[in-house]
Amino acid sequence: MENKQQRNKYMNPYLGGFLMGLLIIAAYYFSGEGLGSSGGYRDVAMGVINTVAPEYARSNEYIAPHVAEGHSPTHTWLVYELLGVIFGAIISAALFGRLKWTTGRPPHITKRRRLWLALIGGILWGIGTQLGRGCTSGLVLSGMAVNSMSGYIGLAAIFGFGYLFAFIFRKLWINNKNR
Amino acid sequence: MGPLYPQELLNPEYNLLIGFLIGIGFGFILEATGFTNTRKLAGVFYGYDATVIKTFFTAAVTAMIGLFLMHHWGMIDIYKTFYPSTFWIPTLIGGAIMGLGFVIGGFCPGTSLSAASTGKRDAWSFIAGVMIGIFGFIFTYESLWKPLRQSGKLGKVNFPQWLGVREGLFIFIVAVLAVISFVLYQKWQDHWRKKLTDEDLNDLGL
Repeated sequence: MENKQQRNKYMNPYLGGFLMGLLIIAAYYFSGEGLGSSGGYRDVAMGVINTVAPEYARSNEYIAPHVAEGHSPTHTWLVYELLGVIFGAIISAALFGRLKWTTGRPPHITKRRRLWLALIGGILWGIGTQLGRGCTSGLVLSGMAVNSMSGYIGLAAIFGFGYLFAFIFRKLWINNKNR
Repeated sequence: MGPLYPQELLNPEYNLLIGFLIGIGFGFILEATGFTNTRKLAGVFYGYDATVIKTFFTAAVTAMIGLFLMHHWGMIDIYKTFYPSTFWIPTLIGGAIMGLGFVIGGFCPGTSLSAASTGKRDAWSFIAGVMIGIFGFIFTYESLWKPLRQSGKLGKVNFPQWLGVREGLFIFIVAVLAVISFVLYQKWQDHWRKKLTDEDLNDLGL
C-alpha cells in the first residue's frame, strides 16, 4: 500500500463507456460514419501505394475503387479521426502522468518477446480486418450501435475464438504461480 | 435531420474537422479508461480486470439506445449512414483471425494507436504488424482472398429484423445481458484480486 502513489489512475469505466457511446452517436449524426480504426490504417496503406505506384493502385482490384474519384485515398474521415485519436490519447496520458516510453507486458514476458508477439498479433489483425471488414471499433462497436448483423457476427467471432485462443495461450498473460 | 454529411447538410471540410474532434474524444477515452494498457485488454479474456468489458458494452448500449430513440423521433435516418453490409463467412473467419491476433498481440487497431501515441513500444511493434498484414492482404487480394471476401453476402441486415424481434425489445435484451456481464466480470475480477501482486495492482490501477 506504500506504493499507492505509483498506482495508475483511470477514468470510471461506465463514465468512459457512456461518453464513448455519445461519440458514436455524434459520428453517425454528423458524418454518417461509425467510429473506426482499421479502415483508417487501410486508407493510409492505399495512400502509400497510390503515391509510390499509381498505375499499380489503379490496376489492383482492392484499391481501385478508392482511387477512382481522383483524390488521395488518404483524405478520408477515418484518417482524420485517427489523427484525432493520436492527439486525444496524448492529452489524456499527459493529464494522468502516463506519457512516457514503456513496453507494456506481463512481468514474466521479456520485452523482446513482447515486441515479437505484438508484431505477430498485428499482422494477424492486418489480415483479419481486411477480410472481416473492420475491427473491434468499426465492425463490432459501430455495427452493434445500429443493430447490424455484421457487428454481432464480428463480436461472436472475435471474442468467441478469442476465448478459445486465450485458453490455449494462457501462458502469454498469466504467470504459473498465479494459477 | 441527420445524418448531416451524407445529405449534403454539412460541407466536406467541416465533416473532416468533426472526424478529427470525435477522434480526439475517442483517443482521450481509450487512454483515460486504460485501453492503452495491454494487460488490462488481456483482462477481458482472463477475468482479472473487468474495465474493458464495462467500458465497451456501456458504449455499445448507450449508442444503441441513443440512435434508436433519435431514429424514432425523426432526428436521424440510420439507413442513410454507412450502414454495414453483412458478409457472414469472411467476417466469421476474419473475426477468428482477429481473436487470435488479440490474444497474441494484446491490442486491437484502435487501442494500439492510442497506446503508441503515448509511448508504448509494444504498440509501435503491433502497428508495424498491422501495416505489414494490410499490405500483404492488398498485394495478394486477387490471387488469394477475393472469392472468400465476397462470399456469404447478405446485404444490409438489421439483426433484430432478421431474428424476428422488435428493435426496442432487442435493445432491452442486449442491455440486460450487458448488465449481467458487468456483475459476472466484477465477480471474476474480485476472485482474481487476492492472487495479484502489488505490482500487478499498481499497473492495472485496480
